[in-house]
Amino acid sequence: MHEMSLCEGVLQVLETEAGKQGFSKVKRVILDIGVLSGVEIPAFEFAFEVVMRGTLAENAVLEINELPAQAWCLMCAESVTVNARYDACPKCGSYQLQISSGDEMRIKELEVD
Amino acid sequence: MCTVCGCGSDEVSVEGHTHEHDHGHGHSHDHGPEHHHAHDHDHHSHGEGGDIHYGTGPARAHVPGLSQSRMVEIEQNILGKNDEYANANRRFFAERGVLVLNLVSSPGSGKTTLLTRTITDLRDDFDVAVIEGDQQTTNDAERIRETGVPALQINTGKGCHLDAHMVGHALEKLDPTPGGILFIENVGNLVCPAAFDLGEAHKVAILSVTEGEDKPLKYPDMFHAADLMLLNKIDLLPYLDFDVEQCIEYARRVNPRIQVLQVSATSGEGMDRWYQWIGMSRQMRLLEHPELLAGAGANA
Repeated sequence: MHEMSLCEGVLQVLETEAGKQGFSKVKRVILDIGVLSGVEIPAFEFAFEVVMRGTLAENAVLEINELPAQAWCLMCAESVTVNARYDACPKCGSYQLQISSGDEMRIKELEVD
Repeated sequence: MCTVCGCGSDEVSVEGHTHEHDHGHGHSHDHGPEHHHAHDHDHHSHGEGGDIHYGTGPARAHVPGLSQSRMVEIEQNILGKNDEYANANRRFFAERGVLVLNLVSSPGSGKTTLLTRTITDLRDDFDVAVIEGDQQTTNDAERIRETGVPALQINTGKGCHLDAHMVGHALEKLDPTPGGILFIENVGNLVCPAAFDLGEAHKVAILSVTEGEDKPLKYPDMFHAADLMLLNKIDLLPYLDFDVEQCIEYARRVNPRIQVLQVSATSGEGMDRWYQWIGMSRQMRLLEHPELLAGAGANA
């Protein structure tokens, strides 16, 4: 969707944290991205390289943990895994699902100097 | 391998390489029971005139000359900055009792026509203001100003959505009246604006019947984020092959909580229910501000 803006968001966080935690170079960025977050990972990887050029995270390695989505099925009364917002419950076929996770978009860890 | 510094516990000995990384945030990492950094290996020596050899371990962290690497766990949302601005906007709106609606749709859904009609019908009852988002031109803000209410255009330039920071700046200039209603007409785009909280009370998705009825499935994030869907241009239904029930069914699939109202901004059909929805949302907003409820629009 707007992977470029998201990378700029990552860069802002890196710059803020660099001041707070006293580092000057970021070598590795580890992200948690849920399957429902709307993030297109190849587009993100492309944008990441471009946005980080000439910054404290130039040439940083990007690692993305793709997280599955969980939903609570009201019919089955249990938690099931889904891949999209419009998915039916894989067990009973109902659409009465409450999505509980999968839209994460989080910077988890950094390797820094 | 130690995931914190990247050293291999069984192949790299780390003498004088203390494992007290300065994480800077007081988190201790668990090496697991089989991984003891007893610093008594002998095949890798640091300092004291000896060679410093990093070559046997994985290269990721121990690149020669860059031995100060450390991992910092930060657990921050990528959109955290936007969310901070959005929360500041939300606080501003709450303090002033301003109802803010973020209107989202694809280009050409009739959003601006719907908005000008809404303003024309409501401006005598409420103080209305508008923030218009478009990539370029001030055409829409001009259309709104012709209705006699204050409007401010934000051109996003290359951007595909409004963000909370832009809206914050717009508020400095627009200064919405306490107890009033602020409409934010987002950039025509069913993808990106879904993720950017502006501090609004509700996102309202506008879908016209000249589009496909499966749009809620094609762009699920937006319909998931919206509290209300306005199905617009229903005056055209006799000329189209659009399955209203199916469309609503699809919208509820991606968002079981979504409310749906069928309207036509051109003929006016169904608009009274939309105005009721606005009036009730405003009353909810003003429960904390009874003095403002007594003002204009008290009987809405």
